[in-house]
Amino acid sequence: MAKKTALYNKHLEYGGKIVDYAGWNLSSDFEGLGLVAEHNAVRNDVGVFDVSHMGEIEIKGPEAAKYVQYLCTNDIDSITDNQVIYTFFCQEDGGIVEDLLVYKYNTEHYLLVVNGANVEKDVEWVNKHKEGFDVEVIDSSPEISEVAVQGPKAQATVQKLVDFDLDEIKFFHFKDNVSVGGVNCLISRTGYTGEDGFEIYFKNEDAEKVWDLVFEAGEEFNIKPAGLGCRDTLRFEANLPLYGNELTDSNTPLEAGYGFFVKTGIDADFIGKDVLKKQKEEGLKRKVVGFEMIDKGIPRHGYKVEVDGKEIGYVTTGYSAPTVGKTIGMAMVDIEYAEIGTEIEIAIRKKKAKAKVISRKFLERHNKSK
Amino acid sequence: MSKIVEGLYYSEDHDWVKVEGGVATIGITDEAQHQLGEIVYVELPEEDDELSAGDVYGVVESVKAASDSHSPVSGKVVEINEELDDNPGALNEDPYGNWIVKVELSDESEVEKLMDAKKYEEFCAK
Repeated sequence: MAKKTALYNKHLEYGGKIVDYAGWNLSSDFEGLGLVAEHNAVRNDVGVFDVSHMGEIEIKGPEAAKYVQYLCTNDIDSITDNQVIYTFFCQEDGGIVEDLLVYKYNTEHYLLVVNGANVEKDVEWVNKHKEGFDVEVIDSSPEISEVAVQGPKAQATVQKLVDFDLDEIKFFHFKDNVSVGGVNCLISRTGYTGEDGFEIYFKNEDAEKVWDLVFEAGEEFNIKPAGLGCRDTLRFEANLPLYGNELTDSNTPLEAGYGFFVKTGIDADFIGKDVLKKQKEEGLKRKVVGFEMIDKGIPRHGYKVEVDGKEIGYVTTGYSAPTVGKTIGMAMVDIEYAEIGTEIEIAIRKKKAKAKVISRKFLERHNKSK
Repeated sequence: MSKIVEGLYYSEDHDWVKVEGGVATIGITDEAQHQLGEIVYVELPEEDDELSAGDVYGVVESVKAASDSHSPVSGKVVEINEELDDNPGALNEDPYGNWIVKVELSDESEVEKLMDAKKYEEFCAK
């Protein structure tokens, strides 16, 4: 039986088509809207995702900073209090355990936000390596709900609910103990859509109240609920990876094209550092590229990529992309086929459909990262 | 409420079938296009393909997913709707006005196993 988030009744009330996603009952899309309408709502106005399935793991204690760094590939020391950083957990062999956000309260308190599908695995991973570190690991996932309010009108929507200027929260920063219409929340300027927006965390018992407040505030901006379907198309167009697609335990972040978040040059040690450093020095044997279809057909996750009848990789994600307006994909391919302009073939059922390698900058992101 | 047209046969996979002179014209129902969402590609069979009832005769793809279409009847493909190559969204706009494939029936009695409009309406309501 799939679990219900604290917002389950809101999914039903808003016409959500419920599917089992990673053991959770969530909406693929909503009656009367659908994937593309929801996708467009986020790109043009504002959309709201229930992301309560995400996991929240807290690390506390005198050696929290040192421990979080030991688990993460990015430079955890580089962020200030109330800042957020994107990073990976890697295995010793460089394979990816998880991609996550690290929220730094201070050097003795961090919040790790992880994929809903991986919470159990991650909690186990974090506990497994903590020996020798003076830290406490707390899985807060069962008590915490989360919504993502995303789109050009996200700030105008959330601004109506808080009593401070949201411009105070810069891109990838957060503010804790914020009142959202009287409910105690943590707000970060983060998201998974390529648009400006906020992720708001609160206790389960406040979930329906926050949902209602956000929809009331966003009504004048044409706010819409957004399901898992458009969550994937939005993140894909913005070149953001998904665990299980671009990121797996048998490929490294470098192969996935996210070497920027792997800081092998820092003094501190982290799990997987040696292998990743070596891979950076020696160069890649394969990597994730973008591609555009030349022939008709829709590339989907798992389809084989071929050149002259030889299998050279696989599609990690592919779509008829709503905002880009083209049929595009990402694929893990052998390095000799990774150059932009290279012609490849996607095996779509019995056919081989021609495609060509293109830049992964499918779309200009509209978040406040600049 | 999805639209259902009188006088057609319906399958549990939400295909509609219209029979004229031993040839079955097959398409997807309003309910099917509604469930699929925005259709972006239709993979058609080849003319002269022999189909048995239940065989995959095509694939209808929305942004969300690829969905196999199973033939509700047996016979030889005599015509395919190539217009769908350039305008797959026609199946969303007018699912009963746009067919996918025409099949010369090898066993006309097969259609009697399909649902009529009333039964299909009940089926959809379940």
